[in-house]
Amino acid sequence: MSMPRLVWANVFRNKKRTALTIASVVVAFFLFGTLRSVITTLDAAAAVGSEARLITSSASGITFPLPEAHVNRLRAVPGIKSVSWSNWFGGYYQDPRDFFAQFAIKAESYLAMYPEIKITAGDVEAFKRERTAALVGVGLMNKYGWQIGQTVTLKGTIFAGDWDFVIRAAYTPVNPSFGDANMYFNYEYLYERTNGRITPGWFALELDRPGGAADLAKAIDAQFKNSTAPTKTETERAFQAGFVTMWGNIGFLVRAIGTAVFFAILFVAANTMMMAVRERVGEVAVLKTVGFQNGTLFWMVLAESVLITVVGGAIGLLLSRLAFMGRTPLNSFFPGFGVTNSTIALGLALATLLGVISGAIPALQSSRLSVVGALRRVA
Amino acid sequence: MSSPSSAIAPAGSATPAKVLVEIRDLAKMYRRGTETIRVFEGVDLDIRDGEFLALMGPSGSGKSTLLNILAGLDTPNSGSVVVDGQEITRMNARQLATWRSTHIGFIFQFYNLLPVLTAAQNVELPLLLTNLSKKQRRDHVMTALEVVGLTDRSEHFPRQLSGGQQQRVGIARAVVSDPTIILGDEPTGDLDAASGKEILDLLERLSSDFGKTILMVTHDAHAASRAQAIMHMDKGVLSR
Repeated sequence: MSMPRLVWANVFRNKKRTALTIASVVVAFFLFGTLRSVITTLDAAAAVGSEARLITSSASGITFPLPEAHVNRLRAVPGIKSVSWSNWFGGYYQDPRDFFAQFAIKAESYLAMYPEIKITAGDVEAFKRERTAALVGVGLMNKYGWQIGQTVTLKGTIFAGDWDFVIRAAYTPVNPSFGDANMYFNYEYLYERTNGRITPGWFALELDRPGGAADLAKAIDAQFKNSTAPTKTETERAFQAGFVTMWGNIGFLVRAIGTAVFFAILFVAANTMMMAVRERVGEVAVLKTVGFQNGTLFWMVLAESVLITVVGGAIGLLLSRLAFMGRTPLNSFFPGFGVTNSTIALGLALATLLGVISGAIPALQSSRLSVVGALRRVA
Repeated sequence: MSSPSSAIAPAGSATPAKVLVEIRDLAKMYRRGTETIRVFEGVDLDIRDGEFLALMGPSGSGKSTLLNILAGLDTPNSGSVVVDGQEITRMNARQLATWRSTHIGFIFQFYNLLPVLTAAQNVELPLLLTNLSKKQRRDHVMTALEVVGLTDRSEHFPRQLSGGQQQRVGIARAVVSDPTIILGDEPTGDLDAASGKEILDLLERLSSDFGKTILMVTHDAHAASRAQAIMHMDKGVLSR
């Protein structure tokens, strides 16, 4: 036998109680892994936006389009290498609850500006050439079992009616956070079907050099300040971050829930340890009688507590990782959603902290126990 | 942590026994509210190496308190206790814990075995505080279990043993580190007559065959009669 064996034996002296406590820690850390991944995924989504590209949208908000006439004025701004644009389509395929993003893009310039969109199947030239062609993320292709050359029909919500698209190419994002469940099609198709009533939703501007983006953004907005369509220009990263905040203050909500769960589980674990120590007062007295030091008993009880929370935490985190590996329904809303290594590491650190806090008081009680009083109590 | 030199040393040659324990002018009192309760005061006692003593007295007479002080589990208000040349009444809690691990073997009335450990693991507990290797610890444990006649029960848990067997495991735990003195707090108090006799036989053998020094607190006159000498404590006064 060894000290760790003694700790192990004490942890499992009441198997049902220990199993239930570990189970509650598992649930808590599964939740932690999942909730924190929402934050890390949103942060990654915001960070995927480039600092070398600017987005010019309407000063009134991204739901307000801008006149196409802005294109030439933007191209003329010194420091702007190229200009492209896109529109939010907002359709659905078969089931309106099954969301994925669709964008009408100015294909030639847009794809040149976004090397993140790596064409991995089909014919990109056909996509650019054909009016009704679509470029689809591999995640979306797999989800619906779509094939290159297949015609799919979307129902428009903003632009009413049935919209037929022929899938001509598929892409895999260079960065998973970019998302592999988007659909792109030609702006010209949208323009023609709406009889020319549509104008660009926002402009994407590629810079000559990454530095000086802030000054350039100010200069662009100043140029359109007194026009009929004033603009708001920001780096793509800032634009993405703004997009993310449309979800509301998710970070705060997730942290609040996480904190509540942490404290709830802290009380559960502390209660378990208090009960475990209280029911073996006599045994602690015996250990002291045979010569165990107060400090040794303190560390033994603390080790029991940490063992319970770390085992529970590790299982919970592992389950959350397994649950969100590969393609899950959450990927439609949170591209690249998954439990990262940093979340696992943070979770294990929190589980250790939880064990230390919940075990500290019982450990102190054990170490300070009066042998004479304890033996009198159990006699 | 120090290592015991051997498991249980057999009795040595018949040289005049030295005084192993010297208790001088010992006093213990405690407060209950504003009242001061005197358990005993002015207690003097010498215990010679290899003696087997019984300490009798009515409940509340202070015999268990004296035993606890001698074991370094309680502290007196005044006086001194010297065991094998070391004045334990000058030691702090940390020093006392270390001292107990090598000098005291304690036998409890209710055995107090850890239910999650086997008999062998219970016996091994005091040895975890030593520098002995796993194999050395195992050898010591098996020797101690052999002395109490329980080698065939080494892997049994306490719930699988009778009261008498559990107390024998308790005795094995008390002797495994070859302590200077064995203290028993009513070791037969929770046993039937037959099991009690077995335990007394064992204690007697530890004294006669292995020369162990034993102080046993008991209410039972028959049990006390098995010791070499009987002391009485009544109203805080110790007589021999």
